[in-house]
Parts: sequence; C-alpha cells; structure tokens
Amino acid sequence: MMLLAEKADLFPQLLAICLKLLGGVGATLGIFFLTLLFALPLGLLVAFGRMSRFKPLSLLVKLYISIVRGTPLMLQLLVVFFGPYYLFHVRTSNEYRFYAVIIGFSLNYAAYFAEIYRAGIQAVPKGQHEACEILGYTRTQKFFKIVFPQMVKNILPAVTNEVITLVKDTSLAFAIAYTEMFTVAKQVAAAQATIMPLFVAGLFYYVFNFVVAFVMESIEKKMNYFR
Amino acid sequence: MKLLEIKNLRKSFDDLEVLKDISLDVSEGQVVSILGPSGSGKSTLLRCMSMLETVDGGSMIYCGKPAVEDGKYRSKGELKEIKSSFSLVFQSFNLFPHYTVMKNICDAPIHVMKRDKKEVTSDGEALLKKMGLADKADYYPYQLSGGQQQRVAIARALNMKPKMLFFDEPTSALDPELTAEILKVLKELAEEKMTMVIVTHEIAFARSISDKVIFMDGGLIVEEGAPADVIDHPSNDRTRAFLKKLEQ
Repeated sequence: MMLLAEKADLFPQLLAICLKLLGGVGATLGIFFLTLLFALPLGLLVAFGRMSRFKPLSLLVKLYISIVRGTPLMLQLLVVFFGPYYLFHVRTSNEYRFYAVIIGFSLNYAAYFAEIYRAGIQAVPKGQHEACEILGYTRTQKFFKIVFPQMVKNILPAVTNEVITLVKDTSLAFAIAYTEMFTVAKQVAAAQATIMPLFVAGLFYYVFNFVVAFVMESIEKKMNYFR
Repeated sequence: MKLLEIKNLRKSFDDLEVLKDISLDVSEGQVVSILGPSGSGKSTLLRCMSMLETVDGGSMIYCGKPAVEDGKYRSKGELKEIKSSFSLVFQSFNLFPHYTVMKNICDAPIHVMKRDKKEVTSDGEALLKKMGLADKADYYPYQLSGGQQQRVAIARALNMKPKMLFFDEPTSALDPELTAEILKVLKELAEEKMTMVIVTHEIAFARSISDKVIFMDGGLIVEEGAPADVIDHPSNDRTRAFLKKLEQ
C-alpha cells in the first residue's frame, strides 16, 4: 500500500520539478543559440586571422586560440565577468551577467570553430585552387563559390561534436551565478533533498542533444549531393 | 602569328634548378607536344606557361604582349588580360565537385568573363554535345567516369574561349580505354586548328597529332623538331635512350 501511495505521488512531484526547471530552460536555450549565432561567423574571421600571411596577426590569433583552449571555460567566464571591475574599476550592471555569459561562450567557441574551419579549408585540394586560378576567379569568388561549400561538407561531423559539447557546457554559466536550467535543478535538489531534479535535467540534455544530432545528420545528408 | 614566345626561361625550387634555359615558340594553329622522363621539368614548364608557378628569369610573350621580361612580371591588371588568352587542362581534372557538369562549364564565363548567361549556356550545351556528354549536363562529377570528367574539364576550358589550350598529362590518370576517348577529342581539336601545348607520355599519339615535338631532360630542351625527326630519328643520346626504354 505504501508503495502505491508513493507511486501516485511521483507524477505530481515530477510535474512540479519539470515546471520549475522550465524556468531555466529559456536561459539555457538562450546561451545555446546566441553562442552559435556569434561564434559560428566569428570563428570564420578567427580562422582567416590564423591563416593570414601577415605574421603578427596570425601569431596574435594563435595566442588567443592557445589561451582559450588551454584554460577552463569556467575561468574564462569569471575573467569576462569580473575583469572589467578588477582591471579597470568599471562598475558593471546586473544585466552584464548575461552579456558576460554570451561574450565568454562566444569567444571560447569561436576559437574551437576557427580550428575546425581551418582544417576544413585546408582539406580542399590544391587542384581546386589551381582550377580557380586558371579560370580567373577572384579570391572572394574562389572562397565563397568553391572553397566554402566544400569546407562545410568537410567540417560537419566535427561541428556536430562541438555543438553537442556546447549544449552541456551551458551549465557552466553557474560559475558567474547566471541561472540556467541546471542551476535551477541543483537548487530544487538541495531544497527538497531529492536527486530527482538532476535526473530530469540529465534527460533534458539528452533529448536536446538527440535533436541536435538528428538535425546535424539531416544536414550531412543534404550535403551528400556531391562527393 | 606567334601566340607564345618563351625566351631563356629559368626556374628553381630552392636549390634545385628545374628549368635551366628554355626557349620555345608556339604559332597559331600549332600542336606542340612536350616529351621527356619524369623530373625533366616538362610539367613545371607548362605550369610556368600557365602562370601557376612564377619564373625566376627569362621572358614570356603571349600574342605579342609581354607578361614577363627578364624575370619581371607585368602588373596584375595586364596579367589578368593575358591569362584569359589561354586555359589549362589538368591531369587530375580538378572539376568542382559541388557543381553540376553544366555549372562547371558555365560558371566562370558568366561570373568571370561577365558574358551573357543565355549565350554561355547554349555554348556549353554545344560543347557537351561535341564531347558526347549531352545527356550528362545535370550530373555531378562523381557520377562520371574519369574519361567523362576529363572531357568535361576540356569543355570547361574551351568555354573560356582561349586562344591556346595547355594540357598537363591529360591521360595519365586514365586507363587505356579512357585514354583513347581523350586522345580522340584532342585529335578533333587539332583538326579544328586549335593551338595546343601537350605534356604527354603517349609517344605514338604525339607523333600523329603534333606539328612540333620537344624532348626535355634535366631542365633543358635537348631536342626539338618535327615528330618524324625527334621520335623516329632522334639525334640526341638521351632522347634515343628514353625512346628505346619505351619500346621495350
């Protein structure tokens, strides 16, 4: 009888947890989509800088990538958030917390995307460049018409990996007390002394990534029209 | 009329001197074949002529317009115009894999030469028909055989309306059957008096198609003349040894 009663309690309890977590889902999705929105194009600029024949620029970009990849994202978020105050004594508003998350994530992911782009660009055979040269394409035409589409096809699997990591990394925003879904889950778990919210959060990440993988796979299939 | 004059061309890769002192003329309507062993510099010569490599010394004059004089290149603008006078067909085709056959052939004439799209497309259709590929316009390169891909590459080059066509071992990536396909196309072009420079290992073909045969070795032209002279009665020891090896 006891068991049955507990079971009957479970669903309302789960529903309550889900509703509470839903309050943080918006923030998680916000970090996810805004990071992609800024980091994907920014990564391309960084990749250009990295491949630039102007040595000072390529060295500077190399240093940036090295620092971003060599230190924890959590630390980078702290630096972006507290840096303005401790370095320049600028008082930041409370809204800056959100901006700091987006800036930190975008700078971090841009560096990773840049290296993926670079690999994808360099994987385009030399013969393609020579054919463009012979046909008289300008550098811009060559990039957008010939190199870019082949690069996109080359990098899709690596980008999928990175995007999936981003879904899970959104939980790092807690480092500067930005409340996203996982922060809420931890709060509820602590308040109610139950592990259930963490499981629900885990399920949420899994479903999210399932969708990401599905979408990326269908894009890969779309790009299969050429080889 | 001379379409190409090369004088005392020199080219090194680091310490390795690949072209030592090359002088060569190509007249309008002429077919010139360049033969020679691997590493003799024949592909490098063709790539210098195509401006994929920069030369270290010497002169190159296209249709009377100098592109390089004593190793000094003209301005980008002048070179751009000169470059439109020739096109190159590669050993490995280098078609754009994400473009259909038709787009491969028509994209550059439309977007580089800024020619009328309708006109370019109808020219492209005619070229495909000539290459026996009229039904392949909407195919992607990976759906074609090597011989078909190379014929598309030739059509792509021809649609740029060049005065000269350069071929860098156009059949080396193909089996004998597909090689025959390509050689047939080249023969047709020669009959139409297309000016061509062909780097090849197909000796018999070079003999039948060429007005002039050049034999290169060690970065130098060691023998030059009518195919009957160079191939059947070589005067140079190196040429003789090379041709003898091929006969065996």
